[in-house]
Amino acid sequence: MAVFDSVESLLKEAAASGEEMWEYVLRASSEEANISIDESWAKMSATLDAMLESYRSYDPEQRSASGLVGGDAQLMKEARDRGTTICGPFISSVIATALSVSECNACMHRIVAAPTAGSCGVLPAVLLPYAHGRKLGDDDLIKALYVASGFGAVIATRASISGAEAGCQAEVGSAAAMAAAALVYLHGGTPEQMANAVAMALKNMMGLVCDPVAGLVEVPCVKRNVAGAMNALSAADMALAGITSRIPPDEVIDAMKEVGAQLPPGLRETGQGGIAVSPTALRLFPEEGR
Amino acid sequence: MNIFDLIGPIMVGPSSSHTAGACRIGLVARKMLGEKPAEAQILLHGSFAATGKGHGTDRALVAGLLGMEPDDLRIPESFSEAEKEGLSFSFGTVKLDGAHPNSVLLRLTGENGGKLEMIGASVGGGKIEVREINGLKLRFTAEYPTIIIQNHDNPGSIAWVSNLLADAGVNIATFQVTRNSRGREAIMVIECDSPVTEEMISAIRENPDIISAGKVNL
Repeated sequence: MAVFDSVESLLKEAAASGEEMWEYVLRASSEEANISIDESWAKMSATLDAMLESYRSYDPEQRSASGLVGGDAQLMKEARDRGTTICGPFISSVIATALSVSECNACMHRIVAAPTAGSCGVLPAVLLPYAHGRKLGDDDLIKALYVASGFGAVIATRASISGAEAGCQAEVGSAAAMAAAALVYLHGGTPEQMANAVAMALKNMMGLVCDPVAGLVEVPCVKRNVAGAMNALSAADMALAGITSRIPPDEVIDAMKEVGAQLPPGLRETGQGGIAVSPTALRLFPEEGR
Repeated sequence: MNIFDLIGPIMVGPSSSHTAGACRIGLVARKMLGEKPAEAQILLHGSFAATGKGHGTDRALVAGLLGMEPDDLRIPESFSEAEKEGLSFSFGTVKLDGAHPNSVLLRLTGENGGKLEMIGASVGGGKIEVREINGLKLRFTAEYPTIIIQNHDNPGSIAWVSNLLADAGVNIATFQVTRNSRGREAIMVIECDSPVTEEMISAIRENPDIISAGKVNL
């Protein structure tokens, strides 16, 4: 069985290697792709730079093609800066970052698909505020991205990361699971705790449908990235507190795939179900009406 | 499993399939044409036709035809770039039988008069497949060094090409041959494990049964 075929083998092989999880993912994936460790690291470093830039490129005035997306991240930042939010500054920054990056994606900025463009806000939403608060360097974030990609590779191999195939649970759900593992790593957790965080994050988004208004990566995608980020935080904290998933991660991933297959086509990125066919959506986009 | 498909690609949004994939289809078409395209008729099928505008599929396709990669910040302004580069283009819609929902039919004319008709499909996560060239059905991703050869359907053409590649030490990963009818024109698509040089392509062209040969790799 190849390394990224199951969380079980990922944990087992990483432990046998004596390496940290990030180090193991870096080495195993480089061997598989037939590139050197240095090449891989340089590429991940460039990817992190692009992720940071996607956040910095935010402009409160930008609007998406349909005009439905734009300006929300700014409202969240203002509320955070006023100190009036329920969740406090850290969580408010997570929400604002998820909105910023996702709005930038909808407005045709350069982003890092993680794992997809529609879910590109989740990883930066948790990693950037966490690193900022603790003065972590780029190397720590690059290692966290390797951890995230290792678990993401298992999800992509066993199930799917495509909304068209398996709904939003496969996009924002997978992003949340990857982000949860990365957070556990950064906070000093064990590989077992990373695996538990992955399982809990995925379970808590099981069945989430993909129902984009007018088929566009705008509504509800931008705000779902916030939900994914919040889910990642709670899953990571639960795992770090010693809470375990009663169902092993590989079984959760398999269940996610099965649920995706059972979703009717109208709820898999066709724009023909869910809020995509709400009266308001149909009024805004009559030509998309069915 | 490439981990840079999980954290990546770096791309201009909003959609890996409708934006990044569309750009890569344009790019692979330009590389197959082998020269700067001067005219492009772009016919969108399925979901590309239905939601392409809101996803910037139109601008991404033109960007690819101009040689831009999916992370090129000029993608949103590709229409004005096309004007500067002397590429004239038109858009329409088309219903292609049995095609992937995210498909486009491109009809290109190069600045030196070369022509190409190609159907490309964006199959998810920014990955693409070429599904048809000049009316002949085939399938490849352009992720490997790929050789595309049009030849007269006579005995020995395939042996000629495979012997040349063997002599050059190039291992063939996949090999497709397709044709419309016996003894007419055929297309070979060869995906290789190592880079293909311009010298190998020139050597392939020396056989009189070879009409054209080119290589593409994204």
